[in-house]
Amino acid sequence: MSPETPVPDARPDLQEVVLAARNVAKSYGNVHALKGVNFDIHRGQVTTLFGENGAGKSTLMKVLSGVIQPTSGEIILDGQPVSFGNAADARDRGISIIHQELSLAPNMTVRDNIFMGREIRTATGVDFAEEERQTRKLMEDLEEDIDPLTPVEELRLGQQQIVEIARALSVNSRILIMDEPTSALSASEVEVLFKVIRDLTARGVSIVYISHHLEEALTITDHAVVLRDGNMTAYAPRAEIDLEWIVRNMVGENYDLGSPPEGHEMGGVALSIRNLSVPDASGVDLVDGMSLDVRAGEIVCIYGLMGAGRTELLEAIAGRLHATGGEIVLDGREVSHLSIGERIARGLALVPEDRQRDGLVQTMSVGQNLSLASIRNFTRGLFTQTQAERALIDSSIREVTVKTDGPDAPIGSLSGGNQQKVVIGKILATKPRVIMLDEPSRGIDIGAKAEVFRLLAEGAKQGLAVLYSTSEVGECLSVAHRIIVMHKGHISAEFDSTVTKEEIMAASGESVAA
Amino acid sequence: MSDTTITRAASDKQAKKFNIGRLLLEGRAFFALILIIAVFSVMSPNYFTVGNFLIMSSHVAIYGLLSIGMLLVILNGGIDLSVGSILALAGVSAGAMMQGIELQALGVILYPPVWAVVVLTCVLGALVGAVNGVLISIFKVPAFVATLGVMYVARGIALLMTNGLTYNNLSGRAELGNTGFGWLGFNRIAGIPISVLVLAAMAIIAGLMLSRSSFGRWLYASGGNERAAELSGVPTRRVKITVYTLSGILSAIAGLVLSSQLTSAGPTAGTTYELTAIAAVVIGGAALTGGRGTIRGTMLGAFVIGFLSDGLVIIGVSSYWQTVFTGAVIVLAVLMNSLQYGRGTRKS
Ligand SMILES: Nc1ncnc2c1ncn2[C@@H]1O[C@H](COP(=O)(O)OP(=O)(O)OP(=O)(O)O)[C@@H](O)[C@H]1O
Ligand SMILES: [Mg+2]
Repeated sequence: MSPETPVPDARPDLQEVVLAARNVAKSYGNVHALKGVNFDIHRGQVTTLFGENGAGKSTLMKVLSGVIQPTSGEIILDGQPVSFGNAADARDRGISIIHQELSLAPNMTVRDNIFMGREIRTATGVDFAEEERQTRKLMEDLEEDIDPLTPVEELRLGQQQIVEIARALSVNSRILIMDEPTSALSASEVEVLFKVIRDLTARGVSIVYISHHLEEALTITDHAVVLRDGNMTAYAPRAEIDLEWIVRNMVGENYDLGSPPEGHEMGGVALSIRNLSVPDASGVDLVDGMSLDVRAGEIVCIYGLMGAGRTELLEAIAGRLHATGGEIVLDGREVSHLSIGERIARGLALVPEDRQRDGLVQTMSVGQNLSLASIRNFTRGLFTQTQAERALIDSSIREVTVKTDGPDAPIGSLSGGNQQKVVIGKILATKPRVIMLDEPSRGIDIGAKAEVFRLLAEGAKQGLAVLYSTSEVGECLSVAHRIIVMHKGHISAEFDSTVTKEEIMAASGESVAA
Repeated sequence: MSDTTITRAASDKQAKKFNIGRLLLEGRAFFALILIIAVFSVMSPNYFTVGNFLIMSSHVAIYGLLSIGMLLVILNGGIDLSVGSILALAGVSAGAMMQGIELQALGVILYPPVWAVVVLTCVLGALVGAVNGVLISIFKVPAFVATLGVMYVARGIALLMTNGLTYNNLSGRAELGNTGFGWLGFNRIAGIPISVLVLAAMAIIAGLMLSRSSFGRWLYASGGNERAAELSGVPTRRVKITVYTLSGILSAIAGLVLSSQLTSAGPTAGTTYELTAIAAVVIGGAALTGGRGTIRGTMLGAFVIGFLSDGLVIIGVSSYWQTVFTGAVIVLAVLMNSLQYGRGTRKS
């Protein structure tokens, strides 16, 4: 079994393989998401699935967990061909899935979300006390301080992802599929999750893990499988592979995320924050009197843990959240009183963190989403100009390399990473002078990430000021001229680009993990 | 290799078949209209005549105008229950103005010309609509509750203004210079009733607005995901106030047309018309959750309802049965809506 012959045995090995796909194809109209894929989930081990955005990873996982039915092909569970009518069917057979996009009911509590559809019943109704106890236990296992009775909508994105994970864990399934479970988690939370995963595999649970954080994924992998354009292109056990192998098989070339752009003159201060405070609903300051300058042509990275106040800071600058004190000055003019639209018109725009909730209009097409923020630029008199809009959409699709059937495809037909690219493309299309990006690399593949970094670097050379928020230290180091560490609403440290990972993480209040 | 080509060809064929089903589903209001016309034409020789179509169309005009406004509101993710009451209030106000406005302080009675009556009535409709919009967007009252309240208040004011009675004389007097109110309801241009032309004009304006203007795009966006729209710079509050205001204006126009057709204006006119307007929008394929729907669909929906109920009258079916049929059509339409949208919105 060498990586050069990427065809697993026609009959999966009963001892080794618990769930397998054989020749599975899935088409949506003329889009062939999967073109006859063979895939093995190894018993009691972690099988990692790599692939570019739109390669078909989520589609394959949905097939294996009964969420969608394949167009053709076979699913083999414990050596027996099976077919799942729906997700509950698969769950009854011991297969559960953490979806790439959150599927929580925002108005319900953490506890109710975790036990949704599987309420613990007593003679007189639901045993809320027991559900709450189990929820508390799950949160302890995940080392999270989340009260079971908090409504999910009050949680940050990363915490919602934890709830999603907890829900999948609570099912006690034999096979657990995780589709980008860590895209909104911080490094230390990922550590905890990996500990949980190792516990699970020790107990014989089989895991499928999908992530675009390749290095991180390598640390947990037992078997790696690469999908490309709906085909399986390579598979190998951990011992035979390295980072370079993954990237080569994923995209065919090697990507270097590079280093911050150099050799251009920086301009004057483009964005200046003075003493900004942003309170939460109960009046506690999430951003506490922060001051910050970003010069034209400069890329500033804000690093911090979840809950450090990064999202709140950016949303207040963009105009979504109300700041209680302080100034926001854009090119020398105070903008605090302006609406979001007026700020965008002046060149200050935000790529939000949560693409489903804040980034995309699900009822509109790919093209309409891309052009939404820049409508003013192609409206002459009363009407929008179809030609100009089409040109803008086409160039955006090319610029951020969205893989789509066409601009009129519904946004929901795109893979997760491609949806993220649409959110970024939409804001870039407004031709901002100050761009803020909140965890923009969530779910995009390494090639797309390199492309986004290249666009930012190019913009910076032409005088674009960039404020880039991330919980990945590596990203800071490859894109930023200056790195700011936020901790509990304050700036706790500031570095230039010669700093090391460890220094940054130490300043964020994070225990430097091995 | 040959294996994959076979599956590919098969799936292409499947795609085509699926598209025909899709066409039937998406064009359902159109096919329903054809079916209704065909059935009634067979059952009654009087149905399939130009004269009858024009009369039916002038009835449709009322619902049609209301349903355009309703569509805008529903696209925004809201609902407007006050349209029937605004229609009545507008009619009664126009009636009152035609009787003369007495200015007690000056001891004179003003008789505004008809064009002024029309303009003032539209302004009134706009104001009531704006009240809806402000309640919903600024004071965050749920649309259902806010417009329910306004529905009662507007109806109550209409009843108070006339003491429950109806203005029967709207024709004005030549020596006062305020004749011509009947023009809206009775006159024709090139044989087509003015009311139908008004509907057509409004539909075209609204259609252009939705498909070609940035406001239209803002409306679809804020109905589809208000938070995302807001962060993309869409002035979501302004959009909301505007759609309710437009709905109010359209209701007022419908009120003018109706009282002109009836040459009388009563405070109980248009009761439950809001439900008919909602039905037309739903039959036209719009999603009550917002963000999806077209003027073309809504117009077809209005004609389906109008032609169905007039047809039932023509072939002599009792009005009780008409109610049953209308209800069945609505349920069928909603059923098909969930077929159309349910598939696409599966959690990804
Ligand atoms: N409902 C759908 N309708 C049409 N096309 C779809 C649909 N769902 C997925 N696709 C297409 O199938 C392909 C594979 O999508 P999939 O979501 O499996 O990608 P992925 O590998 O998970 O990517 P990512 O890393 O971005 O999450 C994409 O080209 C996508 O556009
Ligand atoms: Mg995916």
